[in-house]
Amino acid sequence: MLLSLRDVSKSFASGTQALKGLTLDVGAGEFLSLVGPSGCGKSTALRLIAGLIAPDGGAVNFAGDKPETGFVFQEPTLMPWANALTNARLALDLEGVARGEAEARAAEALARAGLKGFEQAFPRELSGGMKMRVSIARAIAAKPKLLLMDEPFAALDEPARQALNDDLLTLWREDGMTIVFVTHSVYESAYLSTRVAVFSARPGRVVEEIALKPPAQRDERYRLTPEFAAAAGRISAALKAKP
Amino acid sequence: MKAALKYLLPFALGVAVLAAWQITVRALDVPVYLVPAPSDIARAFADNFPSLMASLWATLQVTLIAFVLATAGGVGLAVIFSQSRMVENTLYPYAVALQVTPVVAIAPLILIWVGYDRIELALILIAFLVSFFPILSNTTLGLKSADHNLIDLFKLYGASRWQILVRLQLPSALPYLLGAMKIAGGLALIGAVVAEFVAGSGTATGLAWRIIEAGNRLEIAKMFACLALLAALGIAIFAALSALEYALLHKWHESALKKQG
Ligand SMILES: Nc1ncnc2c1ncn2[C@@H]1O[C@H](COP(=O)(O)OP(=O)(O)OP(=O)(O)O)[C@@H](O)[C@H]1O
Ligand SMILES: [Mg+2]
Repeated sequence: MLLSLRDVSKSFASGTQALKGLTLDVGAGEFLSLVGPSGCGKSTALRLIAGLIAPDGGAVNFAGDKPETGFVFQEPTLMPWANALTNARLALDLEGVARGEAEARAAEALARAGLKGFEQAFPRELSGGMKMRVSIARAIAAKPKLLLMDEPFAALDEPARQALNDDLLTLWREDGMTIVFVTHSVYESAYLSTRVAVFSARPGRVVEEIALKPPAQRDERYRLTPEFAAAAGRISAALKAKP
Repeated sequence: MKAALKYLLPFALGVAVLAAWQITVRALDVPVYLVPAPSDIARAFADNFPSLMASLWATLQVTLIAFVLATAGGVGLAVIFSQSRMVENTLYPYAVALQVTPVVAIAPLILIWVGYDRIELALILIAFLVSFFPILSNTTLGLKSADHNLIDLFKLYGASRWQILVRLQLPSALPYLLGAMKIAGGLALIGAVVAEFVAGSGTATGLAWRIIEAGNRLEIAKMFACLALLAALGIAIFAALSALEYALLHKWHESALKKQG
């Protein structure tokens, strides 16, 4: 167990209650997807885990110290005035890592995210998919234990999204991170996850948890298997069953 | 070809207008104390070259010092505002009040308080007051315009307020600041000229005073020469600040995209 949310509720000053009675455990090393109707509080749940906002009720507990955490937003959210390398260096710079080492680690992260040779490129010069790769490189450069991703590939076209799905799985396997991944796509969650938590409509809570057993090595062919179809079917059914 | 036309056309227009002006004035025999021909203006310029250059320098000095102080002060105060809502709410109304009060109306007071024996200081202060506000308000807006998700990311990585200010908010504010500087540069010049007009006496030595002086003596050609110099100064300031803006932004900012076609 890496962290657990216990009976968490969260309302905003506007009066909107985003979450109520949210209970969810996140195990070390798992790839957990959060799916649910729009506005049900998935982003809010991620921000609670990141510690960017505090719950009104309930608790967010970590087993041990709060782990080194990375965050990837739906938008690439890069600093437009900085090149890819400087963007990828952000966490290391803020932590005071020496410049040379920070550059080396950021360059490695960019290469692993599939952007070797684009270190000096400015965000403006990169495509949407490449910008998202910089954003991922920035997150993995600091070697996080926990990576929170909020619909990171929603704005991409299908081929770019699938390529990034596969590269993300490789990074996840190699680094042994825990990933909490918000998505609207049933198929994306079926392809990536070891577990899927299905949220109710607002105020959000987890209404169903679906454990999946995808093969360790996945590629195009997995999308055509009955196992994949069955996984997608279960998630889809849970989403439609409005309790 | 297109690029050449872009510069050639305005230049050609200028030459044509000057030529038409020259021919009309001479053909109709307009007296030089009413409308001087371009050639008269050129002669006035050449005859008074040293004194005009000295005046240009005086006006330039006041303008530049006021502009630099306004930029530094505006950015400094905007940074303080960004760190404390309370300070912003307390001071901002007064900054607005200072801005909306016409500077010509405050100028005599400032001249009296600072004193005619320190006229330069008074002129600088007036020009400063005119150019300060756009810097303050735009930079304040710019500092607030930093991407909220990026701010969250900085916080997630344990950034200090100083790091957020220097690495995120100030760069985010840069396009706003540079836009404001182009406006403030022109305003500083206007402020310097207005201040000299108000000061009025011979203690001021800038271009505005030369215009008053030439006007009193009906040296209209010299007035035009001064006007041309003022216009040239304004254009030079604007061009320099545009170049600075391009140098700092063209690599990354959207505003520079068009230029690359
Ligand atoms: N800072 C905020 N202030 C006020 N209301 C907010 C704030 N953030 C979120 N909300 C509201 O809380 C609810 C849940 O928002 P949240 O962004 O967590 O939903 P979501 O599940 O991520 O939705 P989506 O799938 O559309 O991204 C929404 O109704 C939203 O309007
Ligand atoms: Mg969301």
